[in-house]
Amino acid sequence: MKRAARYVIFYAGLFGLWTLLAELKLWPPYLFPTPWGVAQSVYGGFADHSYWIAIRVSMERVLLGYGISVVLGMILGLGVASNKFLEETMGGLLVSLQSLPSICWWPLALLWFGLNQNAILFVVIMGSLLSVTLAMEDGRKQMPKIFSQAGRNLGAKGFKLFWYVLLPASLPFIVSGLKQGWAFAWRSLITAEMLYLSLGLGQILMMGRDLNDMSAVLAVMFLIVAIGYLVDGIAFKSIERHLQNKWGLTAAT
Amino acid sequence: MSAAAHNVPARSPVVDPHFPAGGGVKIGPISGGQTSCRQKAAARKVELSDISLSYRTQTGDRLLALDNINLQVRTGEFVCMVGPSGCGKSTLLHLIAGLHSPTAGQVLIDGQPVQGPGTDRILIFQEHGLFPWLTVGQNVEFGMKMKRIPKAERTEKVQHYLRLVHLAKFEKSYIHQLSGGMRQRVAIARALATEPDVLLMDEPFAALDAQTRDLLHDELERIWSDMGRTIIFVTHNVREAVRLGDRVVLLTFRPGRVKSEFAVDLPRPRSLEDPEVALAARGSLDELREEINRSLEAEYKEGVKPRIKPEADEEYAK
Repeated sequence: MKRAARYVIFYAGLFGLWTLLAELKLWPPYLFPTPWGVAQSVYGGFADHSYWIAIRVSMERVLLGYGISVVLGMILGLGVASNKFLEETMGGLLVSLQSLPSICWWPLALLWFGLNQNAILFVVIMGSLLSVTLAMEDGRKQMPKIFSQAGRNLGAKGFKLFWYVLLPASLPFIVSGLKQGWAFAWRSLITAEMLYLSLGLGQILMMGRDLNDMSAVLAVMFLIVAIGYLVDGIAFKSIERHLQNKWGLTAAT
Repeated sequence: MSAAAHNVPARSPVVDPHFPAGGGVKIGPISGGQTSCRQKAAARKVELSDISLSYRTQTGDRLLALDNINLQVRTGEFVCMVGPSGCGKSTLLHLIAGLHSPTAGQVLIDGQPVQGPGTDRILIFQEHGLFPWLTVGQNVEFGMKMKRIPKAERTEKVQHYLRLVHLAKFEKSYIHQLSGGMRQRVAIARALATEPDVLLMDEPFAALDAQTRDLLHDELERIWSDMGRTIIFVTHNVREAVRLGDRVVLLTFRPGRVKSEFAVDLPRPRSLEDPEVALAARGSLDELREEINRSLEAEYKEGVKPRIKPEADEEYAK
């Protein structure tokens, strides 16, 4: 109850301050809209289906790109963790590449793939691949040795050992890395979509700018935050809770 | 077990003439008359032939962990290996399990060299090694699933083996919901479910309290009597070894060598509290004390965090 009350007070205060500033008309409404104006934009966007389409297009792209990242990253991470040569050589390269903002891949993607979906997908993959790879590498190292020994002892080898033992055994150690990878994928997608107009949330965000419609801009920003929060708060939270129940962990890893 | 063994001496040193003990310790005459007919008729199941293992330490030196180990285990025999921490007895089990390969020598199962892990030899770890992401039932099922045994048969066997260790009610539980003793029973059920010929047990009861351990000794003895599996059981507790084994093999400390072997011809079922068990353990312990002291000395000298406390003798005598 107390916690809920704190939330209500905080957001009511924020909302009130925003309304106050907007109503004082210190800045023209097209630069500083009221909460009401933004709400109308959100409603309008959903009513004319443009938001629904944008959400669908963006989600399809991010799920595809993130999915490829997860599969590739797990294979790569496992390879790096289990091979001394790869660990010494590629391990360092991966860490240094992570300092490269994913949008730096955009010019390269444009030249390789042309101005199309694949370029966006490439940027999304490059954005999240390293997080997943490093998480998997770390997870494989942190995972108690006894699980792979027991698995091999019970007759698991090759792909079966990976699928039935190594992957589930490392999940608690990689779930935070997977979450980080998701966040990077989502950000990379929106950035790429802003640079290349092809439906999607990034595009309608830029459209708000082009139309000089600050309400629309804020409405889409709100939408992007909301979707990010939903995936994080619902999808990943439930995975974490599920793991905690099975493993008997008390705190989230 | 055979009741004919009632009147034989509690402790009768036996040594295989082909494989004299490495430590050069005085060994009594070969007491062929005390070996039961069952053992005589049984074939060699596990044979360790000139096993040596060395590995490189962090400082770059080569450390000889196991030195020229020769040991034969008959089908259906319960052999206990005793030695101080660091004598390489766990490593030896890993070699038999095929999780590592020796630097020299061979592990033979039914005369065939071990090439890698196989479900004919299942290792039970001290920390049980159960999979926390699977239920108790799924853990027991795991080895059978890897062997592609049909689902219906697996379900049936899971129930059978869980009943055997008195855990049928816990099929749907997760590992973290069980006590230490229950976890070790699940590990035993999981091992038995793949129907191995040889059970390799690596100090499986060392982390359990005394009452639980007594109970599991009884259960293990019963399961072994019923199923006739070959068991190689590693422990640092001499009394536990005498209570469980047909034969006790003492290993030296670094490098691990076979110091001596004793047949334990006490009637079964036995108990840890039996005076005969205590007496037999007493004798073995005297032999082992030297090795325990060497291991303690080495640990203090090397500044390694000792895994045995100074009052370790008490622990070994238990």
